[in-house]
Amino acid sequence: METGIHQLTAGYALDALDADERWAYETHLADCERCREELTSFWETTEALAVAASGPAPNPELRGRILAAARAERQVVVPLESRRRRIVPALGAAAAIAAVLALAVGLWATQLSGDLDDARLALERERQAAAVLADPGARTVALEAGDGRLVVDDGGRAVLVLDGLDPAPTGKTYELWIFEGENASPAGLFPGQDGLDWVGLEGTVNTGDVVAVTIEEAGGVEVSANDPIVASAPV
Amino acid sequence: MRKQHAHLSDEALVAQVARGDEGALAELYDRVGRIAYGLAVRVLRDDRLAEDAVQEGFLAVWRSAASFRAERAKASTWILTLVHRRAVDLVRREERRRTEPLGEETIAAQGQVSEPTDEAAWLRFERERVQEALRQLPDVQREALELAYYGGFSQSELAKRLGVPLGTIKSRMFSGLARLRELLDESSQEGSWKPEFTS
Repeated sequence: METGIHQLTAGYALDALDADERWAYETHLADCERCREELTSFWETTEALAVAASGPAPNPELRGRILAAARAERQVVVPLESRRRRIVPALGAAAAIAAVLALAVGLWATQLSGDLDDARLALERERQAAAVLADPGARTVALEAGDGRLVVDDGGRAVLVLDGLDPAPTGKTYELWIFEGENASPAGLFPGQDGLDWVGLEGTVNTGDVVAVTIEEAGGVEVSANDPIVASAPV
Repeated sequence: MRKQHAHLSDEALVAQVARGDEGALAELYDRVGRIAYGLAVRVLRDDRLAEDAVQEGFLAVWRSAASFRAERAKASTWILTLVHRRAVDLVRREERRRTEPLGEETIAAQGQVSEPTDEAAWLRFERERVQEALRQLPDVQREALELAYYGGFSQSELAKRLGVPLGTIKSRMFSGLARLRELLDESSQEGSWKPEFTS
């Protein structure tokens, strides 16, 4: 008989864990090869349960609606692996393997050794951002200035996806802002990169808020005097 | 449907989706969409909500195809997991379902009331095989699996509704799923063919 956290593999495969246990289990998963194998195997069993539920065919229009919605989003191919490589070398091979494995099906657990706080923080932000992008319930908000989009999940966690924003000039940084009416709160710094980039916001975004980006001196500021170069529509 | 997608494996199609190939997404929908929808209807018991869950699941495939790793799960499993998770999220918000009685609907009964005639033979075959395996489970294990997977109840909700300790529910679910896996392995070795979604 399985006991303890290993036993949660079944509940996880069935989507029957409560939020706190789901979180604990995903964290455990990064560190437990046995559970990863068990989960892969249990998922096949839940797929059989899905097949057993089959019934009437869906409305034929559903197919067209899905394709139209996909087209409307423009394809954003998030280059997770290249981003991962940029961050992961500092964390050691075990953590890297765990991180890559956790990407398999939208699981973003990482278990890192304790002495690399900046890297750990960076990876945690990546993890959260990736989870938002993979969340079927997340909504997409268009940008009114700049190319890309904002993705916001039910809990207000947000990821800004940017296309074609060059790296910030030497000595400068990009700074994220959440505008609640006229009030702007800083929401993190990022260096920018060629091509497609994505960055998770610090803090939560509420209905009606606007997310914006400014260019600031390295280190960022608490209050900006600069005009945004990127701004979303109201969330 | 563009011809060049028909011969690709599900996993190759996901790789194509990651490159922005809309036709590959359409082909994945043609292969897995019906099962995904049947599952969503079973969980949500509402056509419109089920369509939402399927649409959101497939959009998640579109957005995150680049993160899919074939060594971890089959593509069809991944897609069904995304749709199921969304369906469960939605049903947990629906108060209506919460008031319905528990435990009366078994998968065997479901099979008897709705027997679609327009589906592929392998799908009918596979459904019967899984239902037969479920019937062989001890009642309490089958109940735990069905209420969790088809009802969208969490383990702690089930413990409360059924009036048994949480640890009992966890252990029934683990034993039930492990036993179901065994039964399915046995029946697939008994000379039957193993269906693939790439058919």
